[in-house]
Amino acid sequence: MRHIISILLENEPGALSRVVGLFSQRNYNIESLTVAPTDDHTLSRLTITTIGDDRKIEQITKHLNKLVDVVKLVDLTEGAHIERELMLIKVKATGAQRDEVKRTADIFRGQVVDVTSTIYSIQLVGTSAKLDAFLAAISGVTILEVARTGVSGISRGEKVLSV
Amino acid sequence: MLIRALHDEGVEMIYGYPGGAVLHIYDAIFNQDKVEHILVRHEQAATHAADGYARATGRPGVVLVTSGPGATNAVTGIATAFMDSIPMIVISGQVESSLIGSDGFQETDMVGISRPVVKHSFMVQNPEDIPMVVKKAFYIATTGRPGPVVIDIPKDVTDPKRKFPYSYPESVKLRSYSVPAKGHTGQIKKAVEILLAAKRPVLYTGGGVVQGEGSALLTELAKTLGYPVTNTLMGLGAYPGTDKHFLGMLGMHGTYEANMAMHFSDVVLGIGVRFDDRVTNAVSKFCPGAKILHVDIDPASISKTVPADVPIVGSVTSVLEEMLELIKSSETKVDRKALDLWWKQIEGWREKDCLKVTPAENDVIKPQQVIQCLYDITGGDAYVSSDVGQHQMFAAQYYKFDKPRRWINSGGLGTMGFGFPAAMGVQFAFPGAVSVCVTGEGSFQMNLQELATCLQYQLPIKIVCLNNQALGMVKQWQDMQYGGRYSHSTYSESLPDFVKLVEAYGHVGIKIEKFSDLKTKMEEAFALKDRLVFIDVMVDPMEHVYPMSIKGGAMKDMILSKTERT
Repeated sequence: MRHIISILLENEPGALSRVVGLFSQRNYNIESLTVAPTDDHTLSRLTITTIGDDRKIEQITKHLNKLVDVVKLVDLTEGAHIERELMLIKVKATGAQRDEVKRTADIFRGQVVDVTSTIYSIQLVGTSAKLDAFLAAISGVTILEVARTGVSGISRGEKVLSV
Repeated sequence: MLIRALHDEGVEMIYGYPGGAVLHIYDAIFNQDKVEHILVRHEQAATHAADGYARATGRPGVVLVTSGPGATNAVTGIATAFMDSIPMIVISGQVESSLIGSDGFQETDMVGISRPVVKHSFMVQNPEDIPMVVKKAFYIATTGRPGPVVIDIPKDVTDPKRKFPYSYPESVKLRSYSVPAKGHTGQIKKAVEILLAAKRPVLYTGGGVVQGEGSALLTELAKTLGYPVTNTLMGLGAYPGTDKHFLGMLGMHGTYEANMAMHFSDVVLGIGVRFDDRVTNAVSKFCPGAKILHVDIDPASISKTVPADVPIVGSVTSVLEEMLELIKSSETKVDRKALDLWWKQIEGWREKDCLKVTPAENDVIKPQQVIQCLYDITGGDAYVSSDVGQHQMFAAQYYKFDKPRRWINSGGLGTMGFGFPAAMGVQFAFPGAVSVCVTGEGSFQMNLQELATCLQYQLPIKIVCLNNQALGMVKQWQDMQYGGRYSHSTYSESLPDFVKLVEAYGHVGIKIEKFSDLKTKMEEAFALKDRLVFIDVMVDPMEHVYPMSIKGGAMKDMILSKTERT
């Protein structure tokens, strides 16, 4: 099962390496990782997507909680949540494919953010599955570059991850 | 400022080795007499000595090393302490802040290199932060599940020219670090109900009981209930080894009765243990009929390898106190009839006498006999530090520890070279006590340079070397699993003359080759109360450690001797 774990982390040097190191040290898998400071400059928010059965995820959250720099964490996938990822993708856009790419981007509510006579750079936001679906939809097109941010997420409703 | 902070934290003694990046600190040490510095001969030994001190006293051991090689040499000792949850503070020098990242002379990323084997680490950025960092480091190292904490200090941060008003913080609060205090009362109630209803119970207890100062309460619990107790390698002494309720050590080289009782139990109460692979054998076959109750201060230890039916997170003392109260006030009483039957079965297993020693012929000494002799001579009351290998298992099996903190060994990491410097730490902590190091000729050669430290500080350690002229445990496995092909486990032609070696360092060496000499010569050695004596005991090189669990089996599956298995 895929899980999205959000962590509030002390914004201190070395804190991130402790989190990442824990995953490699204990043979856990990181599918994606995003990190940035929050409105409180002493805290960073990290979002990790990982895969494992319930027992493994329980161990991961327990070990993360043991890290002194981890202030709080939540497994977003335990409840209703919103997950978003941003992708920038640069594709060859010439001839008939130029219109096809634009149309597909529109269907996926993507935006063309940069244009040359032969290239489109498209920005797309959504769940990871949606971004994967877009990549599948334009599989006939020459993809030059893909940059994905990794998943960020937040719980739905009243539930809040804060200090 | 650093030394003052250490003093204010209550530190009496630090173990270290100087070098460029810590010269300011060493100068500060020179100018005071409140904190005693012990000069070792290798940084690894400093960490093991601090570790031995911590295990014997319960107080954190403190280490001071320089940057680069000083720091990396300390890593093995840090990892050793980490695996056994020993409180330790390691202060490492670092190159000047402006040089960090430039591959400066003796620069290494100590915070990075030690990361997987510390509870936490700090890099001090400013001199004024030193008191708070020290306070936090000790707080983290000693509370909850203890462990080593590294403080890395760039040289410029300890520059005496940079002066700041000093005040040592009274207390510390970390928003991201909390210590579980009491266990969940509902869970404890549930555990007590199951425990009282048990027909074939076992108390399986470990290093957490020693570290958490829970021995007295554990003893009370076991006596109140009349239940059998088995200790892990790390837990020896947590329950009196000579008590009739004690089944001996369990696990890979545990006793027949302890392992059989575990396997056939219906309730296992694990206290301060981690269901390590050296205990459980194949997890899928572990205690098939038992409900597992697990008490530990570290939530991550619970259900890590064996799922717990009733997990209880809390300190050993608070949970045991609450359990005892509940048991005393409970209307349910222990099922004496079932318990009698259970004890009868256990006594049957005991009759096998799995640790019986058959004397060798031709006056050859069996290694087990050396430990038995040591036990008799020291009245079972010595601090015994051990290295790693066959001698460690023999010591664990044959020395009956009645008190906690007497058995000092590297259980988790299995660090050869640990025992001798650890025995130094014990002797420093208790100058009047009998500090024994049980070692082998392999392990001892990994840290023998400390003979010089022992001379400098006049440490009267007794080193009992079970000399089988081989890496005995490796050889045993090669005998059992690799057709007796002794790949790089023997070196009898190149062993030093240990008696001459220790004499060169100014100590006394005694060699014992015949069983008929064992007792008198051992007594002779222990009579030299103010000298370090190295007792080189030539033992039967073909001896194996038994019982030994059969790989991939259940706890009941054991090899009992070269010819007998369960």
